[in-house]
Amino acid sequence: MAIKKIGLQTVKFQNPPSIISTYTIVGPKEGEGPLKDYFDYILEDDVWGQASFEKAEAKIQEETIKAAITNGNLTNQDIDYLLAGDLLNQIISSTYTARQLSIPYYGLYGACSTMTESLSLGAMLIDGGFADKVVCATSSHFSSAERQFRFPLEYGSQRNFSAQWTVTGAGATILSSTGDGPYITYATTGKIVDKGIKDATNMGAAMAPAAIDTLITHFNDTGFSPNDYDLIISGDLGRVGKAIVLDLMKKEGYDLSNLFTDCGVEIFDSEKQDTHAGGSGCACAAVVFNGYIYKEMKKGNFKRVLLMATGALHSTTINQQGESIPGIAHAITIDINKD
Amino acid sequence: MENMTNKEYQQYAEKKIPKPTYFKNMLMAFLVGGIICTIGQLIRNWLFNSGLDEKAVAGGTSIILVFIGALLTGLGVYDKIGKIGGAGAAIPITGFSNAIVSPAMEHRTEGLIFGVASKMFIIAGPVLVYGVSSSVIVGILYLLLTKGR
Amino acid sequence: MEFVRAFIVGGLICVVGQIILDHTKLTPAHILVSFLTAGVVLGGIGLYEPLVRFGGAGATVPIIGFGYALAQGAIEGAKANGVIGAFAGGITSTAGGIAAAIIFGYIMSLVFKPKTKN
Repeated sequence: MAIKKIGLQTVKFQNPPSIISTYTIVGPKEGEGPLKDYFDYILEDDVWGQASFEKAEAKIQEETIKAAITNGNLTNQDIDYLLAGDLLNQIISSTYTARQLSIPYYGLYGACSTMTESLSLGAMLIDGGFADKVVCATSSHFSSAERQFRFPLEYGSQRNFSAQWTVTGAGATILSSTGDGPYITYATTGKIVDKGIKDATNMGAAMAPAAIDTLITHFNDTGFSPNDYDLIISGDLGRVGKAIVLDLMKKEGYDLSNLFTDCGVEIFDSEKQDTHAGGSGCACAAVVFNGYIYKEMKKGNFKRVLLMATGALHSTTINQQGESIPGIAHAITIDINKD
Repeated sequence: MENMTNKEYQQYAEKKIPKPTYFKNMLMAFLVGGIICTIGQLIRNWLFNSGLDEKAVAGGTSIILVFIGALLTGLGVYDKIGKIGGAGAAIPITGFSNAIVSPAMEHRTEGLIFGVASKMFIIAGPVLVYGVSSSVIVGILYLLLTKGR
Repeated sequence: MEFVRAFIVGGLICVVGQIILDHTKLTPAHILVSFLTAGVVLGGIGLYEPLVRFGGAGATVPIIGFGYALAQGAIEGAKANGVIGAFAGGITSTAGGIAAAIIFGYIMSLVFKPKTKN
């Protein structure tokens, strides 16, 4: 009996897991952006003494998780599960991080939706009675993503205005069966939605339909209306995707204009930092949530937030074979009260 | 959303993409491409004046421009020229050099064989494939068409 | 005067490339391949030669000029050595540039590290 499931795709937690600690590390560019004061540690250089960008990304994720554990006055032995994922092939950043931590590990692949994918599953593990403490983490790195998905760094090409900038950084959240909040109260799991966009320089448009699908399903399943939230924030739709969501949600009868924004839009000053449509990557939602949103909730400035990380689940290989880009969006309700 | 077909959505999404700054891009491509070609002309004249024949001048000009493109790529300058100049930086032979040098540098971390050497042609490889193949076809066609004469 | 002609011819060729880039979904790699192939074809039928005479480096430095050199080489090779020359001529005439790109690419990868963009 799925007693905690409500509606079509949503889980309502009976004993909502509490967020007891977070940590964020970001690269130098993110550390110059509008949210810089919310990040716990800003790197001076994004290689961090490592031999490659991939190794640097793994180190960033590892140090982020270690610091989140230390911040929560815990040790690795206190953690029941590590749920982590990233963008690189075979999620190497997360696995090579897990190699250093000796915590039971589930590797996840949700592309840039990984933060809410891991938080949804972590909350389910705890509310299901399978764990007391879970670490949810993800990372991305501009340079490692660039070489896997796009061009070499020194190649002289122009970026489209719809193109986004992969965030360098990592975010980690520790969920606990006990604690004084904020709490994860609902999780709406997204379906793959693919409206046939093939342009890998326009991820926002590829993911927006999934975001709209998850939002509408979430409101239907929970009975919430947009105004029940202080903030509804997507992961990395960027400017193009954000505009599409606002526009098409309005046509569906939901006015989100003063409530809705996107982590990718908030993390950079696109005029000054030349990031075109905004930030992207797993770390985009991870550092904005674990930095900005969590800290503002702790201060009481947001009481209830809907966080919806969005992912484009394609690869360059299948894209070159002519396939379109499947999108996904997982939403979680984070509330400073338990009910 | 559900009543929107894929085709309708794709057309709708296309309209949401901010348009490039067409005129500025064209102007910058003109200036950057023009400057690189003028430098090429300087090199040509210099080689001519040092007494080389036409073939040696053409080869020498290419080699020097390729070197300049490679060095600017190594120094981390050519990607910035490319960002400003777009096609103006990509189309001259310095851009061909950039397309070979940048992946070679990028994949140094995977070693000298599978990294540098095999990844060197990920962008410029097609240029050689199509260029060499079509030149052979041109040569053969020339033979076929002139045979009777 | 020849510098002005080189500037204008080279600049205009690049503008054509930029227009294609901005109005289609083609990438710079597509542009390189199509310009080069266009150069081979135009060179093969003798239409590019006048532009080279007028524009000098403005016509030879862009990748389309590289295609022109390939076609010229193949034709000259064919004249001199028949089929074998048709095969060898193209690469012979452009060998300097290609060899330079390979050796300098190798050297640069040993000397320099790619830098993150910001």
